[in-house]
Amino acid sequence: MSARRGRLTPYLVGLPGGLWLGIFFVVPILVMLSLSLQSGNAEEGFRFTWAWSNYADAWEFYHTQFVRSIIYGLIVTVLCLVLAYPMAYWIAFYGGSRKSTYLFLILLPFFVSFVIRTASWKFILNDEGFVFGPLKDAGLLPGDFHILATSTAVIGGLTYNYLPFMVLPLYVALERIDPSLVEAAYDLFASRTQAFRRVVFPLSLPGVFAGVLITFVPVASDFVNSGILGGTQTTMIGNVIQTEYLTNNQYPLASAMSFMLMAALLIGIFVYARALGTEQVMEVSQA
Amino acid sequence: MTTIATREAPPEAAPAPAVPRSRRRWTRLILPAYTWLMIFYLSLPILVMIAFGFNDTTGRLNLRWQGFTIRWYQDLFQIQALTTALRNSLVIAVISTVIATVIGTMIGIALGRYRFRGKGLYDLVIFSAISAPELVLGASLLSLFVSVQFVRGFVTIVVAHVAFSLAFVAVTVRARVLGLDPTMEEAAQDLGADPWTTFRKITLPLLAPGIVAGALLAFALSIDDYVVTSFVAGQVETFPLWVFGATRIGVPPQVNVMGTLIFLGGVGIAVGNALLARRQRG
Repeated sequence: MSARRGRLTPYLVGLPGGLWLGIFFVVPILVMLSLSLQSGNAEEGFRFTWAWSNYADAWEFYHTQFVRSIIYGLIVTVLCLVLAYPMAYWIAFYGGSRKSTYLFLILLPFFVSFVIRTASWKFILNDEGFVFGPLKDAGLLPGDFHILATSTAVIGGLTYNYLPFMVLPLYVALERIDPSLVEAAYDLFASRTQAFRRVVFPLSLPGVFAGVLITFVPVASDFVNSGILGGTQTTMIGNVIQTEYLTNNQYPLASAMSFMLMAALLIGIFVYARALGTEQVMEVSQA
Repeated sequence: MTTIATREAPPEAAPAPAVPRSRRRWTRLILPAYTWLMIFYLSLPILVMIAFGFNDTTGRLNLRWQGFTIRWYQDLFQIQALTTALRNSLVIAVISTVIATVIGTMIGIALGRYRFRGKGLYDLVIFSAISAPELVLGASLLSLFVSVQFVRGFVTIVVAHVAFSLAFVAVTVRARVLGLDPTMEEAAQDLGADPWTTFRKITLPLLAPGIVAGALLAFALSIDDYVVTSFVAGQVETFPLWVFGATRIGVPPQVNVMGTLIFLGGVGIAVGNALLARRQRG
């Protein structure tokens, strides 16, 4: 009796969570897949008709935004990596007893709502705001100078918002490196550059991979930054999906777009996870 | 967020033999200066948010500094819709945190402690739920609610928030379960405790830090969420939704004040937590 209950325990304990994730995570994705192959309109309802044309339409109408999202994602990921690496490196190797304090300071933005942070940048970069306004009054900037509604503003906002996500996995990977390995490199007459290139950087690669993953996926599907800081020329695929769902009620088209985006990103994730081991990605992403 | 494990620095790492002078300049001057510069960059919007909550501005346009006032702290709840949105956010965060913490802890125990058929699939679903873009979570939930014609509002927001927090609570608790020392439970059983007593008196208190961290994470994720909520909210407004809408016409200073108070509350909890942990250790 007791042995039997023992065998059932994990199923009973895991059941509520399994049901919740099944009904509100797995099923919705299947429903979205089905919806993406339906045709009809919001008034008369939608019917399943294997309407692959939704995918063709989505690509035809919105490939510009799709490609732009991927490009923004790549640019922002590279920017974050370049900006975050020196910081993570210094804190990991030279932070001493104050490592936690530095990390805490880097994570401070997380204590402010994502939307408010982005709105705050809109406020800082405002055409007539407290930065550009006085500069324009003083004649140091042309009167029509603006940053808002340009891709610079959107890429800047995205880079700002996702930078801490890149620092963390880099830090975790760098912190694990045994300093004696680096010293050994110096003892063997490696130059500073050589020691970094041949010892430190290769050992930090898991962090680089995880950081790239954690940054690229949300950036490519972000629509808050381009919604607040951008204009009509910076629309990303997330903005289009939101509009098609909520304003135009074009559910099949919007579902097809979401599915294309998800497929593109998930293939990327699983290729990454394969190359590196799921456990490691999970481990670093939890840090 | 607050669970970064830093390994203690090795006690007095022996100074590397003959460190080149140029290298010392990098590690003593350039890199620290750069790090502090980046910390300043990361804090800049926060400082601006706090400062302009004290700006004596007229009307909605809070653009340039016009003098110091604490008026906005006194008139914090003056904008009815904003106050309602903030209250909705808090209520939703509390409810979804409680549900996600209970169910997520159970998942964490099931996955961390037992081997069972289907565990691989369960792990995969958890991993996907964490790594799936929020946009896809929101869009797919909306697809479900539209298909079954479920009216969107308070309930759908809570359901969605639980769905995305669950996996985070689960992995946080699982990490704690995997680190448990089994001898503690064995000792309790040897002393005649039944499984339920052992769980309640030994396992649960040992898991508590992981559960608390998971709950705080769930609360933070919920109260901050814009993306998923925007899809499933229907007519209900939450704090992030209201602020996003307000950015088009100008954010009133009350938002700065609320942001400042939430920021201070969060930082207070995190610092208090860290100090408490330090005292327990020391």
